[in-house]
Amino acid sequence: MFEKLLSIDRRIIFIFVAVALILPLFLNISQYIAISPEVSKIYDGLEELKPGSKVLFAFDYDPPSAPELQPMAEAVLKYCFKNKLKVYIIGLWPQGPMQANLAIEVIRDDPQFADTPPVYDQNYVNLGFMSGNELVIQGMGSSFQSTFPRDYQGTPTADLEMMNGVNNFSNIDYIFNLSAGYPGTVEWVLFAVDRFHATLGAGNTAVQAPQIYPYFHAGQLQGLAGGLKGAAELEKLVGFYGKGTKFMLSQSFAHLTVIFFIIIGNIAYFATRGKKKQ
Amino acid sequence: METGFTLSNTIAAILTIGIISFLWKDNPLYKLCESLFVGVSAGYWFVSLYYQNLLPKLFDTLGLTQLFTSADIEPGAIQILINEGRVDNSFLYLIAGILGALMLTRLIPNLGWISRWPLAFIVGTTSGLYFTTYFQSNAMAQLRSTILPLDSIGNVVIVIGTVCGLVYFYFSKEHKGVMGGAARVGVWFLMITFGASFGYTVMSRMSLLIGRFDFIFSTWLGLTG
Repeated sequence: MFEKLLSIDRRIIFIFVAVALILPLFLNISQYIAISPEVSKIYDGLEELKPGSKVLFAFDYDPPSAPELQPMAEAVLKYCFKNKLKVYIIGLWPQGPMQANLAIEVIRDDPQFADTPPVYDQNYVNLGFMSGNELVIQGMGSSFQSTFPRDYQGTPTADLEMMNGVNNFSNIDYIFNLSAGYPGTVEWVLFAVDRFHATLGAGNTAVQAPQIYPYFHAGQLQGLAGGLKGAAELEKLVGFYGKGTKFMLSQSFAHLTVIFFIIIGNIAYFATRGKKKQ
Repeated sequence: METGFTLSNTIAAILTIGIISFLWKDNPLYKLCESLFVGVSAGYWFVSLYYQNLLPKLFDTLGLTQLFTSADIEPGAIQILINEGRVDNSFLYLIAGILGALMLTRLIPNLGWISRWPLAFIVGTTSGLYFTTYFQSNAMAQLRSTILPLDSIGNVVIVIGTVCGLVYFYFSKEHKGVMGGAARVGVWFLMITFGASFGYTVMSRMSLLIGRFDFIFSTWLGLTG
């Protein structure tokens, strides 16, 4: 029996994982979300901001990473709009500013924002994508307007009311970076934080999070939300529950399935090891 | 986002199923979806780079847009030169534009060597920029954060893990005795780190799949809330 288990077709495992992921989407069960200190720090940082404070959002990801990062973006954007913070959006990835617009569309459709939908150039501006990776951050340290001459819609940045008095990082109260790789959180830490002394919180894909933890531990990063779990925690903290919370049950089921197969695989391996030696 | 059997949702769902079908085995639908993805991504990148980068940062700044169109934007370097008779600093963008154009010489086999000049400029400026930044952020700041008082279990783990990990990568002395023991502990720390990293990777990949399943069953089919 154990030999059969060891030579099981990988596609059977795929089916088990798929069922574990799909089934919870149909269940109306909410999972308890424990808040970690890393995510809590992001919320603490946002709580310190007064109405009218300026928050820079760096959308450094594309649609493939959206399931993890989009819920974080929506949660923190909702918090900012609810608390009258001014939002400045940029992207070091070409699809980043488009992801930002999708998040704002969701917020506009949210009944909680029916009376106060976010208005362009009053509550937020989208300065779009700029190529150059870390050099863009370096340039923003000198001048936002020369780094982003036009916004996402093609309007000259100088004509935007919200850009009055916003020259560089010294005019920004908080940076929230959503990152799926390079360029992303590492570059923001290296240039915006260590060079221009900006305050940075970050939401990362789970793949990238282990690489970023040392920066949080060293105090270079104010807070860190990693993966879907980080998104669910952020949603709980800001009080706007979305897909991060919804997807957590599927993820837990899938993890249990993977753990189950790892245990079974190890039992089968050790049970057949003796026989192979003989 | 629109829900239901709209044209865009149906195309997106078919493409998702096409890509996932690779898990079963390689097939023509997967190949088609893969090729579409590569082509559309390249097209999006090109358009995005032109309208959000080349146009405002090079053509507008130099004044080429104002010269050839009736766009209502601030005068560029050429207009300043014509109207005010002075050479504006924006003319420096011309050097960047020329360097950028030289990159395209790679497409001509006989002139391909010229593309090394802009490449050399990029390598030089990037390494110069990173030299101090990496030393400050990745070396000194990280080193400082591992010099900790041994007053908590967490701090003890960090200090032992760092020291033993460094011993494992110290190859000037044979890993025997105390060195060997420390190196062995270092390997354990490395293995735990790799395990945690792999766990995070699994978590991330599952999240992406959940996102697509949610799109199919919720946004497209409307079966879940």
